Amino acid sequence: MNTNNHYDAIVIGAGPAGLTAGIYLSRAKLKTLIISEGTVGGQMVLTHEIANYPGVENISGYQLSNIMKKQAKTFGCDIKSNTSIQSLELEGSVKSVTLAEGETFTSSSIILTPGGRSRTLGVTGEDQFKGKGISYCATCDGDFFTGKEIVVVGGGNSALEEAVSLTKYATTVTVVHQFDHFQAYEHAIARNHPKINFVMESAITAFYGNENLESVDIKNLKSGETTNFRTDGVFVFIGYTPNTEFIKNRVEMNKKGEIVVKEDMSTNIEGVYAAGDSTAKRFRQVTTAVGDGTIAALAASNYLHETKTKNNKLIAA
Amino acid sequence: MLYTNLKHIETAADHAKVISENENVMVICGRMGPMCIPVYGIAEELEEEYKHVKFYDLEFDNPESHVIRNLAEVRGFMGIPFTIYYKNGKVAKATSSIQTKAQVKAILDKEFAATVNA
Repeated sequence: MNTNNHYDAIVIGAGPAGLTAGIYLSRAKLKTLIISEGTVGGQMVLTHEIANYPGVENISGYQLSNIMKKQAKTFGCDIKSNTSIQSLELEGSVKSVTLAEGETFTSSSIILTPGGRSRTLGVTGEDQFKGKGISYCATCDGDFFTGKEIVVVGGGNSALEEAVSLTKYATTVTVVHQFDHFQAYEHAIARNHPKINFVMESAITAFYGNENLESVDIKNLKSGETTNFRTDGVFVFIGYTPNTEFIKNRVEMNKKGEIVVKEDMSTNIEGVYAAGDSTAKRFRQVTTAVGDGTIAALAASNYLHETKTKNNKLIAA
Repeated sequence: MLYTNLKHIETAADHAKVISENENVMVICGRMGPMCIPVYGIAEELEEEYKHVKFYDLEFDNPESHVIRNLAEVRGFMGIPFTIYYKNGKVAKATSSIQTKAQVKAILDKEFAATVNA
């Protein structure tokens, strides 16, 4: 074991839960490393304005993330972000994380805070036309579609609300949804909007074009029939998914892929804790993530202290 | 002005000065949105590693961003940020929408490689 690369705790994920865990652990003088596959701040950085974080009247998610990151670093926490995890060992008294660049880090405990992300369709052509007709953000890219015909994919509140907002720019908005009903609240569904059409029980199965997106294949999920549909753009709003694929079948999860934790944020594996949006819970807010991260860090600290005490007794005996 | 930790370009004159006075420049032209913020974060991290590259942002809604929006290289782009890599004042590469750190590094290594090996 390389002692330089050994930490008391490794936190996987750098959203509000992970950064809070990093702050608490490093402030308790525990050698801590945060590893994040994404940007520091997680989904929080994408929030334009946070007005309900106690003690702060108004702040952008980006700024709050920067403050949390600075706090964690001030207490001595190491942070590696925008990296990729190649392998992970959670069992046993020494855990390990190997990055794609080849570096391996070991630790006595791990806190999983990988958060979640917007779902993508995962069909042919999606990567090719991202930014060239396919978008996941109406506020960002809506104005590029002024006077154009577009498709919105999804049936939740985000999809239906963004469909209405995109009518400011587009001449027609066709909402494609896989079920025969919407999950969105009734008030969000603009059934009689002159610019909005609905294609139900259907899914996009491929994107086509040359330089830019020109058409999509839409499959009717009931009849199985596929038709090619000309469009200038597609906005995808099909919800969020927890970033837990990398620990599938290793840590106990529910059917949605969310990590099951006990009251102290411990998982089914000794020395492994989880916190934030990737855990099975009802409410997902910055404040709840911060609370989860605090509990996980304190429980991990307690675990580390007890383990150290036990090992010292064994040596003395 | 964008509230990132990058240096900001605010006018067309600033832009002209930056790309004429520096051999390798990356300019991210975007908003504070979900496709742009990760790219700013990546650039902030890479500033330390790529000292021979100057990293800047430019607000997409600033009228002065016409210097980016009117480039021939961004024709057909329909997703922000528009990220432009300048070598000796000329566009070496341009990308649309969100990019990963690996994608950004691959461009920096390819387009600005001569300086890395110098």
